[in-house]
Amino acid sequence: MAGKTKNVFIAGVGGQGIILASEILSDAALAKGLDVKKSEVHGMAQRGGSVVSHVRFGEEVHSPVITAGEADLLVSFEKMEALRWVQAVAPGGKIIVNTQEIVPSGQEVYPKDIDSQMDERAPGTIRIDALKLAKEAGHIRAVNVVMLGAMSHFLDFTMDEWRAAIESRVPKKTVEINVKAFELGRSAVAA
Amino acid sequence: MRVLLSGNEAVARGCYEHGVRVAVAYPGTPSTEILENVVKYKDDVYCQWSPNEKVAFEVAMGAVFGGARTMVAMKHVGLNVAADPLMTSTSVGGDGGFVIVTADDPGMHSSQNEQDNRYFAKFAKIPLVEPSNSQDVKDFIGHALDISEQFGTPVLFRISTRISHAKTPVELGERVEVPLKDYEKDTSRRVVIPAHARRLHVKVEERLKALAEFAETSPMNKIIEGDPKVGVISSGISYEYARDAFPGATFLKLGMSFPFPAKLVTEFSKRFDTVYVVEENEPFIEEQMRYIGITNIVGKERIPICGELNQRIIRDAVSGEDTSGEKAKVPARPPVLCPGCPHRSTFFMLNRLGIGSTSDIGCYTLGVMPPLNGIDTCICMGASIGNSLGMEKARGRDFAKKMVAVIGDSTFVHSGITGLADVAYNKGATTVIILDNSITAMTGHQHHPGTGVTLMGEPTVKLDYLKLAEALGVKDARKVDAYDVTAVKEAIKEAINHDEPSLLIMEGPCALLDRSTWSTPLAVDWDKCTACGLCLRLGCPSISRDETGKATINPLFCVGELCSMCAQVCPSNAISVPEKS
Ligand SMILES: Cc1ncc(C[n+]2csc(CCOP(=O)(O)OP(=O)(O)O)c2C)c(N)n1
Repeated sequence: MAGKTKNVFIAGVGGQGIILASEILSDAALAKGLDVKKSEVHGMAQRGGSVVSHVRFGEEVHSPVITAGEADLLVSFEKMEALRWVQAVAPGGKIIVNTQEIVPSGQEVYPKDIDSQMDERAPGTIRIDALKLAKEAGHIRAVNVVMLGAMSHFLDFTMDEWRAAIESRVPKKTVEINVKAFELGRSAVAA
Repeated sequence: MRVLLSGNEAVARGCYEHGVRVAVAYPGTPSTEILENVVKYKDDVYCQWSPNEKVAFEVAMGAVFGGARTMVAMKHVGLNVAADPLMTSTSVGGDGGFVIVTADDPGMHSSQNEQDNRYFAKFAKIPLVEPSNSQDVKDFIGHALDISEQFGTPVLFRISTRISHAKTPVELGERVEVPLKDYEKDTSRRVVIPAHARRLHVKVEERLKALAEFAETSPMNKIIEGDPKVGVISSGISYEYARDAFPGATFLKLGMSFPFPAKLVTEFSKRFDTVYVVEENEPFIEEQMRYIGITNIVGKERIPICGELNQRIIRDAVSGEDTSGEKAKVPARPPVLCPGCPHRSTFFMLNRLGIGSTSDIGCYTLGVMPPLNGIDTCICMGASIGNSLGMEKARGRDFAKKMVAVIGDSTFVHSGITGLADVAYNKGATTVIILDNSITAMTGHQHHPGTGVTLMGEPTVKLDYLKLAEALGVKDARKVDAYDVTAVKEAIKEAINHDEPSLLIMEGPCALLDRSTWSTPLAVDWDKCTACGLCLRLGCPSISRDETGKATINPLFCVGELCSMCAQVCPSNAISVPEKS
């Protein structure tokens, strides 16, 4: 049974909307009748710190956290954060990265070797420009839903299930922008 | 209906469903969202923020005396503040049911220590309840209230970060009204003069025996049968980790681990050559097992005391392997003061003026980070002022001119007022700076007596810091605009040179409170920028250097003219609101 649990590890920087994305994913899993656990640590979300959310779903889930080598999917909303958590990925797991760069506090410039380190550690990494796609969808803050669309390619939910989960979590007047963002993210990975 | 609730939401829901009438707290991660969710049921449950945990506890006790089912919530260190009433409330016994929720923070995600509050149950001689997930939390709130009323005792309800902030499925129920108990004056229970207290202590010992008997068969303690060769005893979140670390094993899940169900644990332990006792932080269960002579234990000699556990750490601890994987080399991304934070100007100026600070706990503790480097000490809420006075008494007035006390508004009300009274009373010359962003920002924007609004959203009286200072005998007290960098500098310079106490109130609302105050991001004129780097010393996340070394402002983060501290400090006037093109 433990083997069947799906582990999605979402990483990024405070303020990028990681928690909303993991809420939508967990809602979709719950609506399918699965056991779900979702864990993150509050507090640093607004303060530019490194933020992660663990989402696990399946028939029976115990621990709410994903540990090294267990993630089926590592989805990072920021380039360097993917590298920070690369050891979380299970053998055969997938990595999706938003190529956006956010300079960490205390650093004056962005490190140059992130892509090369990533290529060495995880050659199959999927890179997408979620910021560009979010703008295309209508709002830069939709980066999180673009990334949700991207991960959806590897998860077993229908478009209707995703739509229902998105609609229940985002403000009414932004539903269409968010659905567009989701679709752009989804096709960016499929392409 | 089945929904996903965080542990904190489940505490709130549990209180609602199980007839709680009064809920009180002071915020503190990871407990804060408990009361923020109880507010959703405010038609049925009265709820309030108190100025600190001690007061919250005493208000809760009053409600219990008044016959109401009551819950008080706090983070682990909050219980230190409330320890005085806790230690005595325990020998008074319950009237209405009384649940004390402590949210511990293993791993110290947002805390100053990693204390394991299960020991408070033993110390105070009250039962301990430890749920493992949100469904447990909601159900166990009901059990805890029943135990409280049946045995006349407060119940300590211990959760931790990964319970508070993890969402797991919960089946919702309806509210059951529990009427107020009648109030009758009974000094033998409620007035703890020594003659009464001596008798009450005897009762407490009897009560513990009865509770231990109860724990043997409590539905909160249960065996999950599995592999007859592998036995595991665990509680709280550790139980969930242990389920993944020992798939298919036989488990004894202790939801009520104090008073200790000795027979249950002994019988269970006898079934196995070795029992694994899996606990995060301290060996609370293991010690009780060893005390009654059980020795076939693998526990803390293998499983780490420091930090959070998870399934991998437990597995590795038992096998002796290290499967944590190789980490890549990536610069740390520590939290920082937000763009537009009004606290920034004070730390920037302290740094420029070469002045240190004894500081306190809140967002402003981030002033310790480079490049601001503005903090020398930070211990617990309210410590800044006493620390400063003590330094002055040890090292003299000249030293005091190089050291100020820096404290947030919520922290000042929590436990800084008495410190300021001490400075005035004992003739200190301390400069106290209140960073007044008119909210408890660190924990996510809770009101307090200085903001003029209650938890239930009603307008109320607002503490006047200047009048308070006057009443305490602090004559030199004034307000300063935190966004005016020069004014901040001048005020600090003047205050430290006074031979008497000074109070500076740096006013500027938290920039995240009202996003409508944000405007067009500032920009750097590269013809004027000389790459001197002074703006970078503000430590604002919006500002970094480009390839040429000149400053650049990230428009996604900058809040605009509201702050403009970088524009004020730039010696070349290179930063401004860009002209509309
Ligand atoms: C005894 C205790 N209770 C609660 C907390 C949690 N906590 C940390 S800082 C803080 C208050 C911060 O508010 P304020 O002083 O106004 O500073 P701000 O964060 O707004 O800058 C609280 C409640 C704690 N650390 N210790």
